[in-house]
Amino acid sequence: MDNVIKNIIGKDISLAELFDENRAAIESHSSSVLNSLRDEAFDAFQELGIPSNKVENYKYTNLQPLFSGDFTFSLKPETLTENLEDIFSCDVDTLDSITIYLVNGWYYTRNNPGVLPKGLVIGSMAQMAKENPDLIEKYYGTRAPHLSDGAVAFNTMFAQDGFFVHVPKGVAVERPIQIVNILMSEDALMTTQRNLVVMEDNSEARIMVCDHTLTTGKFVMNSVTEGYVGKDARLDLYNLQNQHNATTQVAGFYFEQHENSHLATNNLTLHAGVARNNIELKLAGSHAEGHAYGLYLLDKNQHVDNFSYIDHAVPDCFSDELFKGVLDDHSTGAFTGKIMVRPDAQKTNAYQSNNNLLLTNDAKMNTKPQLEIYADDVKCSHGATVGQIDEDAMFYLRTRGINKEEATILLMYAFAYEVIEKIKVEPLREQIRTLVEKRFRGELDKCHSCVVCGQKGTDVTCL
Amino acid sequence: MLSIKNLHAKIEDKEILRGIDLKVKPGEVHAIMGPNGSGKSTLASVLAGNEMFEVSEGEVQFNGKDILEMAPEDRAREGLFLSFQYPVEIPGVSMVNFLRTSINELRKYREEKPLSASEFLKLMREKKNLVDIDSDLTNRSVNEGFSGGEKKKNEIFQMAMLEPKLSILDETDSGLDIDALRVVANGVNKLKRPDNATVLITHYQRLLEYIVPDYVHVLYHGRIVKTGGKELAHELEANGYDWIKKEFGDK
Repeated sequence: MDNVIKNIIGKDISLAELFDENRAAIESHSSSVLNSLRDEAFDAFQELGIPSNKVENYKYTNLQPLFSGDFTFSLKPETLTENLEDIFSCDVDTLDSITIYLVNGWYYTRNNPGVLPKGLVIGSMAQMAKENPDLIEKYYGTRAPHLSDGAVAFNTMFAQDGFFVHVPKGVAVERPIQIVNILMSEDALMTTQRNLVVMEDNSEARIMVCDHTLTTGKFVMNSVTEGYVGKDARLDLYNLQNQHNATTQVAGFYFEQHENSHLATNNLTLHAGVARNNIELKLAGSHAEGHAYGLYLLDKNQHVDNFSYIDHAVPDCFSDELFKGVLDDHSTGAFTGKIMVRPDAQKTNAYQSNNNLLLTNDAKMNTKPQLEIYADDVKCSHGATVGQIDEDAMFYLRTRGINKEEATILLMYAFAYEVIEKIKVEPLREQIRTLVEKRFRGELDKCHSCVVCGQKGTDVTCL
Repeated sequence: MLSIKNLHAKIEDKEILRGIDLKVKPGEVHAIMGPNGSGKSTLASVLAGNEMFEVSEGEVQFNGKDILEMAPEDRAREGLFLSFQYPVEIPGVSMVNFLRTSINELRKYREEKPLSASEFLKLMREKKNLVDIDSDLTNRSVNEGFSGGEKKKNEIFQMAMLEPKLSILDETDSGLDIDALRVVANGVNKLKRPDNATVLITHYQRLLEYIVPDYVHVLYHGRIVKTGGKELAHELEANGYDWIKKEFGDK
């Protein structure tokens, strides 16, 4: 299959050709570990291409046209003349955290996370792959499906940098780790990011990944995070997405969990253009617990597609999914909840729920549970709802002097709170509460150009 | 205070209120009784501004203002309060957040400063005692998981917090055991002032033993067919509604 061919770096070139032309340079800058998968990823990509809606798993999000058009491609580390601290202030700034920044997928060279707890490693994937190739090799490319998913293949071909977090055996990291991903560019930009999180046995951490756009141009980000949660380890991973409407982000989280481990992911999409989240948890050790949560708040022409895949590979595991969305204007959303219960995964408990609130007749939601159960002693449940604001509740609030707009905000917030309550870091939960409320009040609007283009968002930056 | 003239209202094409006339003055307690389906709850809903009903004729003045064109929230801000027959559960909206928003909206309308968090909590503590509402309930979401009695107490608690000029209590006695009924009635009596008024909508006379009305109206087929003093309630209790139906049934 031929891939997307458009103007990239001033001339018509396909993504495959782009890779071919720059391959030598990419490889010369990269560790042998990252280079080791490029061949097979490239082969797979030539076969698969960027996923279109003809690919079953991407049925509701056609990435093909989004990965076309006029873009520069980020092939080299970003060199910033200004200090990031001077131009960026985080919405979650009161959090006492270990903080690092990445710019356009590259580890920011002037990062200063401060004194780290003993044994904890936080740093650049490119650098770690060179300094400690054995450690990276053990995990790299073993969870993310670079042979079967075109977006992951694409990421693996171009993979150069991203973040790396390693929490050694028995270490509990008290302060949250905050990773701030910033997109900024003078021209429309396409880029990739490859991350790895390794939680050794009996370790504990909370990671918050914040995605931001600092300039108003178009972005395409293709990011892949692989993660390992060892025996008795515990990880909470929050992804707070707050990008403007001209951003397309494909973010894949591919995790493997071992015996008695506990993982909670929470994808909070406050603002995006087109967002596709792939959340894959493989429960590979008995009594592992996987929780996948998500909240998406959409308006104008935004589109968010959460695709989750919980793989119960062994007996006695537990999984719980809750995804909720509020869709306004012409926005569209999709949810797929795939649960696989392998033949010997007896005593599996798997729960899934997707609830949506549609504020207009033009908003649209596709939701699809997809359960494959090959064991006979399991408890699985799934439920999906798509509804409107409860008119009775609305009237009740209004008879108490609360106007329609304020009542709508209260009710939208009420709908969203269940997911927010899943956030275990108290100051973070408070901040997210505030952000969500701001979002509902329209105080977090990222679509600067919409002042001129109106709600339908016909301007390119609002599409 | 409240003046209803020839009020007609319908839902879809069914006319439910067929010409209501009623006047309520400050300091008065009115009871509106009537058999099931006579239009009692519809009257309460229409006064509060429920958009499910269409007013086809008549006028309603509240404190000299025509309220039929007003949004429900503006009627509330003018001092109208409806205690719901079936209070709505709103998971995710905390009682505190709800009441504080409500009170401050009302204050804003009256051009008063919003209550600070501590002033609000103080007021809430004060009013809680009035209806003997469990502290725990105010820490929860609005009506979520409340028992029938707790929901009704919560309505009266809100009434105490908002200090309306006119309260319409729609079947506040239904589903209450005798102890809860006493608590609720006590609350209403304590909130009674010379400058406010209450309209009790009820099917039974039971509530009127605790809250003594100045006037009793009988609503039947969308009209007030009889008005009297509190003794009318006793008559209804003794003889049921059959004689009313017989007398006015053909209309």
